[in-house]
Amino acid sequence: MEIKLQIDEQLKTESKIINDFSITVATVNGSGSQTSNAAILRAIFKMGIPVSGKNIFPSNIQGLPTWYTIRVNKDGFVARKREADILVAMNPATFVKDLESLIPGGAFFYADDIRLAITRDDIVAYPMPVKHLIRQVDIPAYLRDYVANMVYVGVLAQMIGIDLEKIRQALEFHFKGKAKPVEINFGVVSLAAEWAKENLEKKDPYLLQPMNATSGLILTDGNTAAALGAIYGGVQFVSWYPITPATSLAENLQQYLPKLRKDPETGKNTYVVVQAEDELAAIGMAIGAGWGGLRAMSSTSGPGLSLMTEYLGLGYFAEVPVVVWDIQRVGPSTGLPTRTAQGDLTFVAFMGHGDTQNIILMPGSVNECFEFAWKAFDLAEQFQTPVIVLSDLDFGMNQWMGRPFEYPDVPMNRGKVLWEEDLEKLDGKWARYLDIDGDGIPYRTVIGNRHPKAAYFTRGTGHDEYANYSEDPEDWHALLNRLKKKFETFKPYLPQPVQEKTEGAKINLVSFGSTEPAIQEARAHLKKQGITTDFTRLRSYPFTDKVKEICSHYERNYVIEINRDGQLHQLLRMHFPELASKMISYAYTDGLPLTAKQLVDFIVSKEKQDE
Amino acid sequence: MSEQALPTDVRVVVNSIGLTKADYRGNPSTLCQGCGHNSISSQIIAACYELNLYPEEIVKFSGIGCSSKSLFYFLNRSFGFNGLHGRMPSLATGALFADHTLRGIGVSGDGDTASIGMGQFKHLLRRNMRLVYIVENNGVYGLTKGQFSATADQGLELKSHGINPYMPIDIAWEALVGHATFVARSFAGDPKQVKELIKAALNHNGVAVLDIISPCVTFNNVDHATHSYAWGKNHETALHELSYVPRAEEILLEYDEGETREVELHDGSVILLRKLGRDYDPTNREAAIKVLEEANSCHCLITGLIYIDPNQPSMWDIFQLTDTPLNRLKENQLRPPQETLAELNRVFQA
Repeated sequence: MEIKLQIDEQLKTESKIINDFSITVATVNGSGSQTSNAAILRAIFKMGIPVSGKNIFPSNIQGLPTWYTIRVNKDGFVARKREADILVAMNPATFVKDLESLIPGGAFFYADDIRLAITRDDIVAYPMPVKHLIRQVDIPAYLRDYVANMVYVGVLAQMIGIDLEKIRQALEFHFKGKAKPVEINFGVVSLAAEWAKENLEKKDPYLLQPMNATSGLILTDGNTAAALGAIYGGVQFVSWYPITPATSLAENLQQYLPKLRKDPETGKNTYVVVQAEDELAAIGMAIGAGWGGLRAMSSTSGPGLSLMTEYLGLGYFAEVPVVVWDIQRVGPSTGLPTRTAQGDLTFVAFMGHGDTQNIILMPGSVNECFEFAWKAFDLAEQFQTPVIVLSDLDFGMNQWMGRPFEYPDVPMNRGKVLWEEDLEKLDGKWARYLDIDGDGIPYRTVIGNRHPKAAYFTRGTGHDEYANYSEDPEDWHALLNRLKKKFETFKPYLPQPVQEKTEGAKINLVSFGSTEPAIQEARAHLKKQGITTDFTRLRSYPFTDKVKEICSHYERNYVIEINRDGQLHQLLRMHFPELASKMISYAYTDGLPLTAKQLVDFIVSKEKQDE
Repeated sequence: MSEQALPTDVRVVVNSIGLTKADYRGNPSTLCQGCGHNSISSQIIAACYELNLYPEEIVKFSGIGCSSKSLFYFLNRSFGFNGLHGRMPSLATGALFADHTLRGIGVSGDGDTASIGMGQFKHLLRRNMRLVYIVENNGVYGLTKGQFSATADQGLELKSHGINPYMPIDIAWEALVGHATFVARSFAGDPKQVKELIKAALNHNGVAVLDIISPCVTFNNVDHATHSYAWGKNHETALHELSYVPRAEEILLEYDEGETREVELHDGSVILLRKLGRDYDPTNREAAIKVLEEANSCHCLITGLIYIDPNQPSMWDIFQLTDTPLNRLKENQLRPPQETLAELNRVFQA
């Protein structure tokens, strides 16, 4: 049975719907609509109204349909909503479908050169003379196509009340202060707004009113956050290969590193970014650099991670620190390369052959993308092992609100590295794989150390504590078990679960990554229906006993994730088999971010069943 | 312990930085007796000793295979990393960025370079990373017991695999067309030439490819194979006699100018090439391509320095790194100051 969201119904009965709707802009990929959509989004954010922006785009450079959805919500619920309240139709190819998808009573803005009939009378339709208006703008003809999309920005601004001054500021942000493009684009916006004021009569209920709910917040995407976090984490070496949706992480590093990481006196670089020939080489370089004592990283997505697996397995066994970001997209295979998923979790947990265990960090906000980016280096160097950070396309490429980025609150942890003076004190007596401290973590030296006893030989083959080749059964057994001990040692250092508790809650919603906004919205709806829930967001793997302790407290734990097989659910049951009967999987994947409604429908039906 | 305490018949020979040959040694080889790879390891030791290089300033890299194992048999005082099959170039590239004052020696084989490693090999050349890249080329897979490699001669017959129907990959040729700035070929049975080429390669400001025919005594030593001792000895044509002369020494004058061509390396040192028979200019890329093509048609082995371009910028020249090695930078040089983050936050704010 489908459950109606009461809150929506109530709002629609009123004559005006203020700061609570979603806008979908349907355009053609490659038409320059990104600038227009980004301007609308940031302008609304600057008006103090909670907002998010998600790009539902095709794997294509130019010509295929693309949709941008903006969710405006005064209560801060900015997860994806399936239904559009306002639709901007700029693409003839999807016009009919777009028109059908609009909710009854919705507002339909369309380019009037699309010669298709408006077949519905339960909506409000607004024609926009895009071509006519663009011809009036005094710019070279070749630029007209690029700014045509600014017409709907201006019309929308007038009709739903976006502050034009905020649009100008948003354009300044987008063009990084360059005056000329701001002037050209804003000229079109003003012209279109003026036209709408004189020619269109407001008949739909949707309106924006300035609020004070975004003051002090930032609006950015997860890949930008991750790149900046890595820079403040002292990243020294980046090797990468282009792959959607990870590309913008490396591109952000390339953009910000030259500004932030030149030696102030000499102007020389304190970092290296290499675009490798493929992911095999990208990880080879990063492993080499990590071994050499650099804070090294790569960024990729599922298919690239497959190619990196052999080197990461060597990195695990040879104990080399390195950080790899997996911005997950939909697999298997090329899958849906421009859509989001959380489908790499079990793959990453066991990535490698033989007995391999990997540290996984799972950021759940743009702030955690920043924070985990610098923390990942500390963990990798402290424990001398690869660290995988599991983000996804929704985080990586879409716009999220967050708190201002927080400067790292602890000094860098470079781990157990011995330099010349350390070896001098030890009289040269050390061994690379000897567990002196009993925590499974040995000491290491790095290249360039001139002490005659500093060097050792690193290999993927069996070795003893002195890094010598060994096929001795005892050496092999001892080495693998020391690595396991290390795995236990680092558990308490990993980010622990985030928890939200409510008095009397018997059920718990367990998740990781980008699904929190939809879950929080769902919790609010569930509460209205008398279902009180707690919330637990896992932030790292391997799980600690804390996770077990939390989950054992509830009658039912709904494990929520964007994949088919319920991978988090699988791992939780594997690690805590005694809790298996308390775990219910909600795993759903269609390439799109989770919505509150689908979750509410699922949980309500389950809970009703249970009664 | 003073020197006087030593028996009078023991003289410790040291090079100009006070190191003995033993300081450059590795572990005892576990490769087959008579393997050409062992001879190459010995010449790496000799070259580094004679060039007065500190072992700590050299880093060794390899992929997978018999050749890659040989890393362990020389320069024990150097760091080494035995990486993945065909993926040593990326490993070395990343690692050497940690300290740009170090010199890299990579040892690969024909299986490692000419099959899975072809992509990384080619891209290493493009980037002109400062690395000596030695291919111990025997035309056969030794460690998995005698399968054809991609450099095996067409028509070669091996015991358990019959006749090779495919054309071989020529590593020197691939290096040359791939814009390597130093391309040499030698023969493991010619230790003096191998050593001189390694010395020159170690001083080249860029990638130096040495394709060294190193016969497999166990699986590919049939007399008619290009990668056999008998064939190599009979068909070797040296382009020139070669001496590498470090800048500090002034033995240049000992050579008759009419017979030599000097190639100046980035550090001012000079390679002297004694031409045999023809006037060969190794800085001429077209001539180098021609000489390799001629060698192919006459089925002979051209050895020596085939091509050198000492003027191409290396990867270090491109990246403009701090003088202090990157891996010695401190936290205050790596973490930008707090006010820069505050400024970024302002830009992203409402």
